[in-house]
Amino acid sequence: MAFILLVNGTEQHADVEPEKPLLYVLRDDLELTGTKYGCGEGQCGACTVLVDGIPERSCRLPVSSMMGKKITTIEGLSRGDRLHPVQQAFLDIEAFQCAYCTPGMIVSAAALLERTPNPSEEQIVSHMEGNICRCGAYARIIEAVRRAAATLGSPKNA
Amino acid sequence: MRDSGCGLGAVGSGMNDSEVQDSEFRQHDSISRLPHPFNFDRRGFFKVLGGGLLVCIAARHAISQESGAAVHHDHEFPKTLDSWLHISENGEVTAFTGKVEVGQNVRTSLAQQVAEELRVPLTSVRLIMGDTELTPYDMGTFGSRTTPQMGMQLRKVSASARAVLIQMTAERWAADSASLTAEDGKVRNPKANRSITYAELVHGQKLSKVIADDPELIPAKDWKIAGSSAPKTNARDFVTGAHQYTSDIRLPGMLHGKIVRPNAFHAKLISCDTSQAEKIPGVSVVRDGDFIGVSAADVLTADRAAQAIRAQWDAPPQISDRELFDHLRKPASDKDDDTEQYVLGSVEQSRTQAAKTLKQSYTVAYIAHTPLEPRAAVAEWKDGKLTVWTGTQRPFAVSEELAQAFHLPSENVRVIVPDTGSAYGGKHTGEAAVEAARLAKASGKPVKLIWSREEEFTWAYFRPAGVIDVSSGAKADGSLVFWEFDNYNSGPAAMRTPYEVANQRITFHPSDAPLRQGSYRSLAAAANHFARESHMDELAHELRIDPLEFRVKNLKDDRLRAVFQAASEKFRWGKHKNSIGTGFGIAGGFEKGGYIATCAEVSVEHGGVKVVRVIQAFDCGAVVNPQGLENQIAGAIMQGLGGALFEAIRFENGRIVNPHLAEYRVPRFSDLPHIEVVLVDRKDQRSMGAGETPLTGIAPAVANAIFGAAGVRLRSMPLVPSGLPGHAA
Repeated sequence: MAFILLVNGTEQHADVEPEKPLLYVLRDDLELTGTKYGCGEGQCGACTVLVDGIPERSCRLPVSSMMGKKITTIEGLSRGDRLHPVQQAFLDIEAFQCAYCTPGMIVSAAALLERTPNPSEEQIVSHMEGNICRCGAYARIIEAVRRAAATLGSPKNA
Repeated sequence: MRDSGCGLGAVGSGMNDSEVQDSEFRQHDSISRLPHPFNFDRRGFFKVLGGGLLVCIAARHAISQESGAAVHHDHEFPKTLDSWLHISENGEVTAFTGKVEVGQNVRTSLAQQVAEELRVPLTSVRLIMGDTELTPYDMGTFGSRTTPQMGMQLRKVSASARAVLIQMTAERWAADSASLTAEDGKVRNPKANRSITYAELVHGQKLSKVIADDPELIPAKDWKIAGSSAPKTNARDFVTGAHQYTSDIRLPGMLHGKIVRPNAFHAKLISCDTSQAEKIPGVSVVRDGDFIGVSAADVLTADRAAQAIRAQWDAPPQISDRELFDHLRKPASDKDDDTEQYVLGSVEQSRTQAAKTLKQSYTVAYIAHTPLEPRAAVAEWKDGKLTVWTGTQRPFAVSEELAQAFHLPSENVRVIVPDTGSAYGGKHTGEAAVEAARLAKASGKPVKLIWSREEEFTWAYFRPAGVIDVSSGAKADGSLVFWEFDNYNSGPAAMRTPYEVANQRITFHPSDAPLRQGSYRSLAAAANHFARESHMDELAHELRIDPLEFRVKNLKDDRLRAVFQAASEKFRWGKHKNSIGTGFGIAGGFEKGGYIATCAEVSVEHGGVKVVRVIQAFDCGAVVNPQGLENQIAGAIMQGLGGALFEAIRFENGRIVNPHLAEYRVPRFSDLPHIEVVLVDRKDQRSMGAGETPLTGIAPAVANAIFGAAGVRLRSMPLVPSGLPGHAA
């Protein structure tokens, strides 16, 4: 079945079965492999993408439910060579080790800062609780989210 | 029985390099294999023997092995520079190593060491890693050996190359080589104000000179590039999603694979009907012995085909987790006696000298590595040659596994390891590689296989469970008299005590393991530290001596004393006393060249345990990359917290009961304590690895802190899988 998806601001065509999870459409049909498979159960957050600005687990979303929705993946966060402030903060703080969880972490954090520009530590923890970093870089990730919040809040970025 | 030898007094230097390597190898290579006894046509085997040779396959071993038995003694490092290092015409330096990057950041720290010794900018160095066709043989990335072994090797290679470049310049300029210096990718004559770049000197030619045995290395105190924080190599690719892990690789015409797994461990296939799956268009089905797998153009079709296969299995009755610890105490039925023992003085004769004696048992559960990138492989056959991209810690061993499984000469197998989504000791074996290759062989197309999370939780191997009995005695003044330590199944790593005890008997007893078990970050050091440091704490309380004071009183090792001091000072140990609901614990030890001391503060409320604050001091000699090291240590604490508090694999009659992340809890953001890492940078000491030992202090420190807060002594890891015993969490 042919689907037209709005991914990272452009229309993409995918001829797939309606129940195919968005994760596999992104990775295998649209070659956007930044979004990762971690569990297929919506428990680890590695497959997080934004759907109309809301962080969702793409492994649990049938592609048929995505018609007319704006999908943003890790590949869609930067503007040309300019990284999204959350990406830049993760890079600067080195908030990763193996970095397999990193795209999902960054997408989740970007969604948080969209709605809560200056989150408390409790808000970061509660928002990010569904994202697992098995290497345990949580402290640095929290620091990176804070740094990104500060960057986004600075007059330069207004 | 293996005698662990003498020299415990010098825990830090008791074993030489090759002994350490042997002992590591035995423990890391004892993982049983999933059965893949393929029966396909072997006639092609002889046709390809003697086929085309590949570059840099120095001393590759073609003899097939049983269960990955050690063949490492036959592999020596290549002796000439060109196997390790290349300087291109534009001055780009490429170093080659069989080690792999799995998040421990050695791609960066090894490059720093190359740049330092070769005297080139860090940005001009790149590493080719874990490619069996391009890199020298390597036993594997485990045992915290990358820094001491490969770091040293690449330093020697680079220092030798530097000397060769200086010599080449001296000849070219008819100058005295002593008057020349090397820096920033150039050889200079400072007096004549003359310089020449390495690129001009080498002209893209091979550096065929032999590596010097004892080249002049730059001492750590003079390091400019090593010893300072360097950003992770290619870090930008990880924040943009551009990095291609194995699971992201895509080849033209590639299919997706799915394996039909048995319904229990040790199950035999009784019957199998693949007809429905074969009717699905585009599906390739393989049935080879007990191996059943499918491949199709997309994941969904492969899943559907696998589900359409009707397989009947017969599994023998197997023990369940309730019976685990009684079972482990029974002696192993295996004829090979892997018992390991260390004896000093006489435990029996010294018992009466003790004013206080104590006897306790400690247990550790099976736990899973749970790497976020599950096992994955992409396999491609071309002209009888097999290439597999896979996330493994042992590319050369996996290459041998493949050669054995497919009856190929080892030259016809190439394994490439893209920087991988973590491993933690869990990716030593090549199951996914063998399975993907089998499917690719059948379909005639490249196949990608990614294990599901459930497969990862079930068909990978586990950190061994164990029972540890400790019996000890001390004089009233707190000096230890005897120490008896019996470890059943969990492993011998770090089972010796670093404390001064005249009478000891320390024994590792192998058991018949009910689950497939193998390496896990720090091996048994986490379990042995838990038992020893919990027991030391109990003894200190019995003697009414402060737990830190008690430890230091029985310690001579200066470096271990130094980390205890560093951690306790930063923690302000003794400043706050245990009170109801708040407790403080300390633990420490030595393993793999690293000295560790950990202090933990916990709060206990309504039976719920929260680790509030952790201070950990670590000394692994001269620090190569402080920022990378701090990241490793903080991460190890966090991962160690999972095994300490709540991680446990539950199993019943050959099946894993909790093979999902919803049922097997790993540490999340809300489990994060305030962590401070104290790096004790010993520039006068050899740089050692740091991936593992930092995980060993947290469990006993937390257990001891829980005792302080609640007066409850917990002797089983995980300590509080459902809150404090006797409370509803």
